[in-house]
Amino acid sequence: MTFDEIVALLDTKASGKTSVIEGKTVISVSPENWSEISAILKNESKLNFDYLMCISAYDKGDNKVYGAAYNFYSTVNNHYLEVRVEIEDGISIPSVVELWKAADWHEREAYDMMGLKFEGHPDLKRILLSDDWEGYPLRKNYKEPDYYHGLPVPKDKSYWD
Amino acid sequence: MEANLVDKSVIETGEMVLNMGPQHPSTHGVLRLKIHTDGEIVSQIEPVIGYLHRCFEKHCEKLSYEQIVPFTDRCDYLASMHMDHAYSIAVEKLLDIELPDRVEYIRVIIAELQRIASHLVAVGTFGLDVGAITPFTWTIRDRERVLDLFETLCGARLLYNYIWPGGVSHDLPPKFIERALDFLDYFDPQIDELNNLLTTNKIFIERTADVGILPPEVGINFGVSGPSLRGSGVNFDLRKNEPYSIYSKFDFDVPVGKGEMGTIGDTWDRYYVRVLEMRESAKIIRQACAELPGGDVHAALPKKIRPNAGEVYGRYESARGDVGFYIMSNGKNIPMRVKMRSPAFCNLSVLSEISEGWMISDVIAILGSLDIVLGEIDR
Amino acid sequence: MDPTLLERFDKDNVIVEKLDTLINWSRANSQWYFQFGLACCAIEMMAAAAPRHDLERFGAMPRATPRQSDVMIVAGTVTLKMAERVKRLYEQMSDPKYVISMGSCSNSGGPYWQHGYHVLKGVDLVVPVDVYIPGCPPRPEALLQGLLELQKKIKTETPLRKQA
Repeated sequence: MTFDEIVALLDTKASGKTSVIEGKTVISVSPENWSEISAILKNESKLNFDYLMCISAYDKGDNKVYGAAYNFYSTVNNHYLEVRVEIEDGISIPSVVELWKAADWHEREAYDMMGLKFEGHPDLKRILLSDDWEGYPLRKNYKEPDYYHGLPVPKDKSYWD
Repeated sequence: MEANLVDKSVIETGEMVLNMGPQHPSTHGVLRLKIHTDGEIVSQIEPVIGYLHRCFEKHCEKLSYEQIVPFTDRCDYLASMHMDHAYSIAVEKLLDIELPDRVEYIRVIIAELQRIASHLVAVGTFGLDVGAITPFTWTIRDRERVLDLFETLCGARLLYNYIWPGGVSHDLPPKFIERALDFLDYFDPQIDELNNLLTTNKIFIERTADVGILPPEVGINFGVSGPSLRGSGVNFDLRKNEPYSIYSKFDFDVPVGKGEMGTIGDTWDRYYVRVLEMRESAKIIRQACAELPGGDVHAALPKKIRPNAGEVYGRYESARGDVGFYIMSNGKNIPMRVKMRSPAFCNLSVLSEISEGWMISDVIAILGSLDIVLGEIDR
Repeated sequence: MDPTLLERFDKDNVIVEKLDTLINWSRANSQWYFQFGLACCAIEMMAAAAPRHDLERFGAMPRATPRQSDVMIVAGTVTLKMAERVKRLYEQMSDPKYVISMGSCSNSGGPYWQHGYHVLKGVDLVVPVDVYIPGCPPRPEALLQGLLELQKKIKTETPLRKQA
């Protein structure tokens, strides 16, 4: 199915809950409707997006809006879809772990790197960094710490001069 | 006086948590496994990763598009040409460039040679994990020949920085094609020798057949891809189903697990798919070498990479599975966000599911068959 | 092996030599290494142990446990999460022990020195290093040369006398 057909089908199933971002082939969903829309994407036989490829967390750079981009693929119907869910800092996105188990680790990584909270995730804790790390590194306003457990983090360039 | 005889019928065997620490000779990198066992039988595994987190995505936000290529090499260091190629394909989609034919053919030859080299390491270290040391020495010896070819091409043995967005960095040196075909003539009988030694070996079959079965629906739900998914019977190869580059011009089969020695989707199947894929790669290289056109490889290299604002998800079939690069650009020469979807990340998440009920030494075999590289999991 | 030692042995089958030299000679030529392969340099370490660039002809056998090894070859990027484990494993090795830092990531942070917030800029911040091998990744021949440099360094030691 093409992108327009997918959008049309979603409109008939859940009208008004999805919107197409201007000039792109990307659908935008708000966090309140995300549980319903994700269930439709997985279970509806004409859509049948059974393969969640990637969840990328991104930061718009204005210290307010963060988002998660979901890339889906259907092995049965051979079509792609990208969905974006954008939130203000602090609001949590419903988790899709029940539908796609691949989301388990991807959501933990989005939390670890960008600080996005996923509600309904069984075990949301840091996956790549240590549990006692402070801060969310991929945010644009992140400042790396000077020391971690006594080890210096930035490179000491004082002897270069 | 009643002796303190313990009534054996009420001895409780509790659950034990073993730590297979970050440094262990049989993990493929710094991976920590917390194994909950009841004696020797595993009930749950919790992988702890992040010991090699090298901040690849943060680097991508501070470096220009051309400067990111050496860093993609270091993500999956066993198949670094594939990482370069995947990144270049994603950036070229964003820039919308048309590549000369010679560049495409060279890239395919190099990518398939890299696939052979990566599968040789996977097969060799898998043999090492289950206790066979000789196949490791043979496969590494054969891999050295592939690395010799790469060294004549771009000077490096492991991390090449060769495939750039828009082309390749050096043209093929003289006699490269003859040497590559000589290598393939030498290599085809070596696969038969490897089969005689390892694949049809009774001890190997006892250790790997029927162990760690991955049902195809579970695989797709967890996001598994590549030879690990094809071992379960799912006929999905990006080079055939959605050909990128010029793969649609070549004639090759996609090996799929058939459960010859045990059940479909067991460890032996995943291993054997890799052995067969090496033969298919050799077929592709021969066809590409026969049709290689002339031309200038630097013709389409952009002077400055400054794509328009937008985003792209580039998908690629690397030696481990389905690599994805999600690049968001806001019009500058530095990307806004680069996310690398690594196949081994998703392949590892299925480990706990398929090793339930097996023994600890089987867990090593299952982990070896999933063929993970920690550099790309932790990025 | 010291050539003069071998020649003298051939002549009379009797050698007169300082005990220090003999101890150094036996230690240097049988350095069992603790394979601490972390990242890409680990693959080159594996290739150095493989048939083409044989590491075992210098007496270096790979050991998986720190208790049985003499030299720890730190090959690859050391991250902050891993640094404490490196220190702990180094302390579990028994004397005399040496450390070879292989590759530019463990020498000084490597290509990640500028923006890597989780990379330790050099393993010499946690363990004392004897030999540094540059390269990204260093060729297996470079690792062999590093091992030979370590052997040279060991031969200048004075294990029996008090240190000057």
